[in-house]
Amino acid sequence: MSAPTEPVVTHLEVGAVVVLNVEGLDELITKLVAAGYEVKGPTVGESAIVPGPIRSVNDLPKGVHDAQSPGSYRISASDDHAFFAWAVGPESWKQEHFPPSQIMWRGESDGDTMIFREPLRPSAPLAILGARPCEVVALRVMDRVLRDGDHRDERFSDRRDASFIAVVECATPADTCFCSSMHSGPEIDEGFDVALTELDDERGHRFLARCGSTRGAELLSLVPTRRAGGSDFDARASLLNDASARMSRSMPYDTVASLLARNTEHPRWSDVAERCLSCGNCTLVCPTCFCSDVHDTTDLLGSVERRRTWSSCFDLEHSYVHGGAVRASTSSRYRQWMTHKLSTWWDQFDTTGCVGCGRCLVWCPVGIDITEEVAAIAASDGAKVEVRTSRSSS
Amino acid sequence: MTTMRELVASHPFTKGMNEVSLSLISGCARNVVFAPGGLLCTEGESADTFYLLRRGRVSIDVHAPGRGSIVIETVGPNEVVGWSWLVPPYRWTLDARAMDDVGCIAIDGACVRAKALADPALGFDLLSRISETLLARLQSTRMRLLDLYGDNRVH
Amino acid sequence: MSTDRVIAGDGGAVATSSRQVMTPIPHRVIESVRETSDVTTLLLEPLEGPLMRFRCGQFNMLSAFGVGEIAVSHSGAPSERPLRHSIRDVGAVSRALCQRRVGDLVGVRGPFGTDWQIDTPSDGSTIDDRDTVVVAGGVGLAPLRGAVEELTRARAYGGGRVFVMVGAREPSQIVFGADLSSWAARGASVALTVDRAAPGWDGKVGLVTSLLADAGFDLSKSRALLCGPEIMMRFTARALVDLGLNPEAILVSLERNMQCGVGWCGHCQLGPFLLCRDGPVVPYAGLVSQLLTQRER
Repeated sequence: MSAPTEPVVTHLEVGAVVVLNVEGLDELITKLVAAGYEVKGPTVGESAIVPGPIRSVNDLPKGVHDAQSPGSYRISASDDHAFFAWAVGPESWKQEHFPPSQIMWRGESDGDTMIFREPLRPSAPLAILGARPCEVVALRVMDRVLRDGDHRDERFSDRRDASFIAVVECATPADTCFCSSMHSGPEIDEGFDVALTELDDERGHRFLARCGSTRGAELLSLVPTRRAGGSDFDARASLLNDASARMSRSMPYDTVASLLARNTEHPRWSDVAERCLSCGNCTLVCPTCFCSDVHDTTDLLGSVERRRTWSSCFDLEHSYVHGGAVRASTSSRYRQWMTHKLSTWWDQFDTTGCVGCGRCLVWCPVGIDITEEVAAIAASDGAKVEVRTSRSSS
Repeated sequence: MTTMRELVASHPFTKGMNEVSLSLISGCARNVVFAPGGLLCTEGESADTFYLLRRGRVSIDVHAPGRGSIVIETVGPNEVVGWSWLVPPYRWTLDARAMDDVGCIAIDGACVRAKALADPALGFDLLSRISETLLARLQSTRMRLLDLYGDNRVH
Repeated sequence: MSTDRVIAGDGGAVATSSRQVMTPIPHRVIESVRETSDVTTLLLEPLEGPLMRFRCGQFNMLSAFGVGEIAVSHSGAPSERPLRHSIRDVGAVSRALCQRRVGDLVGVRGPFGTDWQIDTPSDGSTIDDRDTVVVAGGVGLAPLRGAVEELTRARAYGGGRVFVMVGAREPSQIVFGADLSSWAARGASVALTVDRAAPGWDGKVGLVTSLLADAGFDLSKSRALLCGPEIMMRFTARALVDLGLNPEAILVSLERNMQCGVGWCGHCQLGPFLLCRDGPVVPYAGLVSQLLTQRER
């Protein structure tokens, strides 16, 4: 039995909590499109959950489940009618705001002057229907890097400010998720326009919806909803508690930064380097990695294009200074990535860089698990490479 | 089984040393093994040991960003590694790294300093031996500075 | 692309003041000085608008159009015009910049980064009267040149004494010979040494740290500014601390791969520092002294 369909015509305020059914969700998509947004969300493609255009609820991954573990990702179809009974796909919403390759400017010079053309943003603002809490937290981390520092990346910032975010809380974390210990899920309280929680019980298949902004409240006012009741709140709480409890992995949020800062010479770095291929997959799928190369190229007529392209601290040339790479060994590059993500990110941006989405575990070809690496270092905090001593002759 | 004293006495560094001094030094010694890559000295850390090498080779190196570890000199069996324990502020200025499995006698510098203060004869004996090796290293370093095998071109 | 914003060097289309931080400002080479076999100084003026304001120790991103862009420290003083950058030829971009002739164009973005904390108000108010010890290795004198200019001028109205110590590989590699003489003429103590002598050299031959002990600066009231190869800065800082200088009084200028200059690309990280934003000038004491002894950071 679904929620009553008579529309609540009252104007919703920020903080209002309502319930919409599946038809209401479809209506929300229609209203977003009508408001001029390009609506994107999770879809099924390439044997995974990938971002794609959302024209109606039929584009969402209905009945899809995922099974994730270090080095392994599989989705499966079922007859369930839940749209969001999976955790995260390989890609995050980072690339919608910070594209893998982006032209900074095109320029010409004739010896008397230089002329630069700076591309401005694409025309339609983005609406994301179905971002995860960890992904929204990750976007807020990216804000600190590209928007809120000394220099503002104009295109990133404008697109971020104009993006409509409808986040969907997580009920089915994967084995590799640890957002709970990173304080980035499965629930979320800020950083969104609308927050949805998919409920499916004897009271029907419905979505609890919270208005997180004026923009979100205005849009939600245009679709049929009813006020949320006690049983709806209870169902949400129960779902989120279960999701949290189900997470088998965790990171010691309060102590990991200082742990890694004082263990830069720990033998574990050599140990993980034996396994790490320095392929950089982890940095490609990570929703907060922002390292990029800036390079200028010319065409045959002498016009120059400056591009910013995603790169990785696992690239050998990433740390190149004249003479060679500073971080030549795999162990030094692995140490750089992990200590940056979990420790020095705090010094640089006053936040952790990790949101506990688990992608780096899943997409690592050899299944390296950063929660396991941290635990190993913590178990022998302060260890250095051994020196053997004996009292007898050699 | 060889005693520590016999081991210390068998190293060329102590050749001709009198019995009393030998005993004093042996009391500060222990047998140590380093696996390849192990660091005998780490730049910047406190220097409280010197090593009489018995087996294996050690590289004296310094690291620079982009150049990795640059080998300045290599030292082998029957030689000595480590002088900074003798001179304040007692801190290593370079790295010393085992190139192979290195077997050596590690002598506690603070222990020896204390004994040498109490026994000036021991002190002078040690300093003489150390000076001899240091002089030889300095001379070789100066000769290497000449870049004798280079093209002698003025830039 | 019809939605492009056009920035022209001659002031056409859109005012350059609204340009993005990744877009260079065209400058013209007013003069090019060959300092040594591989170091060239370019003197630059913008095609339009005022000279940028900067502090000693900061850097610009210089682009050779079509080749690329590198980080180069200001070697001029804020009181000097035009802009001055000394570039060492070590790669494609630096070579292209070194080959720029008078009249050529160079792209400039900046200033970025932290400075040597030189405060020399010309009215003499709140002047810092500490002795300043400047130790430069090779082309490391370039990021320090502006600071020494300011400090030696400040002597005239109460600024502290200036001690300049320069180490070079050989006599022909010593940069800014004329400046060294004019600083000495203004009362600075200037000492040079080379690693290897050449015929005709009757100056000191030895490591730059050998100049410290006899320099004569007041350890209890000094600060030190160091710039050069990282090993040289590391050893010089240690030598100063061993002589008795408070490590908190030492600043060093560090270098890593730089591509954006504005804290977005991640290349210039050294532990917790983004050197384009938290450096290149950083205090030696504490964290930096540890970072410098660690391998492959």
